[in-house]
Amino acid sequence: MPLLVAPALAFILAGSLLPIAATAWEALHGHDLRLPWLGRPFIGLDNFVEAAGDSRFRAAFVHTVAFAAVTVPVELGLGLGLALIMQTATRGRSAVRLAALLPWAVPTVVAALVVRFMFDGQTGVVTAMFRSLGLIGPAFDWLVHPLGAWVPIGVADVWKTAPFVAILLLAGLQTIDPALHEAASIDGAGPGRRFLTITMPLLTPTLVVAAAFRALDALRLFDVVYVITAGGPGTATEPLSLYAFIALMQRLRFGYGSALSVTVFLLTFGFALVWVRTLGRSLVGERA
Amino acid sequence: MNAFRFLRIAAAIALLGLLLAPIYWMVVSSLTPEARLFQAPPLVPRAITLEHYRALFGERQFLVPIRNSLVVAALTTLLAVPVAALCAYAIARLEFPGRGLLLALILSVSMFPQISIVPPLYLVLRTLGLLDTYPGLVLPYVTFSAPLAVWLLTGFFRQLPRDLEEAAMLDGASRVRALRDVVLPLAAPGVATAAILTFLYCWNEFLFALSFTLGPDRQTVPVAVTLFRGRYQVPWGQVLAATVVATIPVAVFVAAFQRRIVAGLTSGASKG
Repeated sequence: MPLLVAPALAFILAGSLLPIAATAWEALHGHDLRLPWLGRPFIGLDNFVEAAGDSRFRAAFVHTVAFAAVTVPVELGLGLGLALIMQTATRGRSAVRLAALLPWAVPTVVAALVVRFMFDGQTGVVTAMFRSLGLIGPAFDWLVHPLGAWVPIGVADVWKTAPFVAILLLAGLQTIDPALHEAASIDGAGPGRRFLTITMPLLTPTLVVAAAFRALDALRLFDVVYVITAGGPGTATEPLSLYAFIALMQRLRFGYGSALSVTVFLLTFGFALVWVRTLGRSLVGERA
Repeated sequence: MNAFRFLRIAAAIALLGLLLAPIYWMVVSSLTPEARLFQAPPLVPRAITLEHYRALFGERQFLVPIRNSLVVAALTTLLAVPVAALCAYAIARLEFPGRGLLLALILSVSMFPQISIVPPLYLVLRTLGLLDTYPGLVLPYVTFSAPLAVWLLTGFFRQLPRDLEEAAMLDGASRVRALRDVVLPLAAPGVATAAILTFLYCWNEFLFALSFTLGPDRQTVPVAVTLFRGRYQVPWGQVLAATVVATIPVAVFVAAFQRRIVAGLTSGASKG
């Protein structure tokens, strides 16, 4: 291998491959920074066994997967709509692009804080709107309701990422030859038919890639929840990354926290593997 | 103007409004006096105040996290982009075994969930005394931002014609010299895009900064804003002023380089 790749490889080895291995190794040990006199005994898979019986872990697992399963399709749908609008915009294209890029570029923490302010139980503008429409009672507080607390989390995530999806999909749309649409409309196909028979099939590869990007991101959900609910009320909105963080940084249980971190890694890795195996192959088949 | 076209324009304007509404609300609220933040809010501000910004830079000392974020982002960019450029050039131009594997490895590293490497990094940084220091943040940041830069720059280098550097090497320039004097100037737009995306990554990053800093001295902007506390409740005026300040550099970058950013973001996706 050429010397030119050595620095990058060194960083990747030192900064992520070795640490991943170290996390997996740490997960096989009992290691509590608050009980240093216990040392760091090797305990095999005990941490994973404990996690399997830990209802808080199982709930966090369900939260993580359910969050990805709900938000990714919403983001793809909204992103596709936004991309179609951006494509047809003849005037003000740069303004639309700027409006789409801003939410993507804003720090996640900022997006989360603003949404939390807008959904605040007393002062939030969205809460006030819902109240004046009679959709929620006068005492309703999003952050106190175990399901309601997911709403601002989802809104912040969708607001920040749907425009990013739109930018990816717009690039895919622009590679579609307009002659196809012209030919189809000469043959009498309306906009709906053309969308289903030309746009969608040709956009599928880009959609698959965008969905993978989004799902991998959603499975490591942390920032938005930390800022908006901190996992609450109770642990009703706690995803895996946050539970692992709490086990590590607040309880200082490094062995157990590492085991939880490994499950986040395995979850994303497993998803990527399945995604590439099933859809990657079918895409290659379509292209061949 | 027919009805279909009118509907489309109306939908476009509504969507634009929805996209920008949170940013508008953030700016307006940060200029609203604290007492009025707790009343039913008017959509157009009636009284404007800079009290939150004054408190932010006065008693909150918000210049400290801004300085920390700038230093960490600048150091990371200065380190990650050259490292990535060398690697990307090798992948784009040289034939060597394991090239495809290397690119796949680099791409998959950028998809790692950050939490999965927090425990050993924390223990190592603690042992080395690097918790709550700039290097303690720059190391993980380079690791996570370099792969994206490699991916992006590989695409840029592949688009450049080979003839010029081959001519330079025929004239006796070494490959590194050809890279420095011929390829890099031509690839300047790509390098700039990689630098912008790296900078934005560092400016936004939260989990590492939260885990590897211990107090206000080294906290970056996202951590500092999140941990704002008032005596009784969230000091929303100051928090929102801080979010506006955190958004300004991002907005400037995006407005100035929107074409390049879009080209950079989509180069990975469209190549599959």
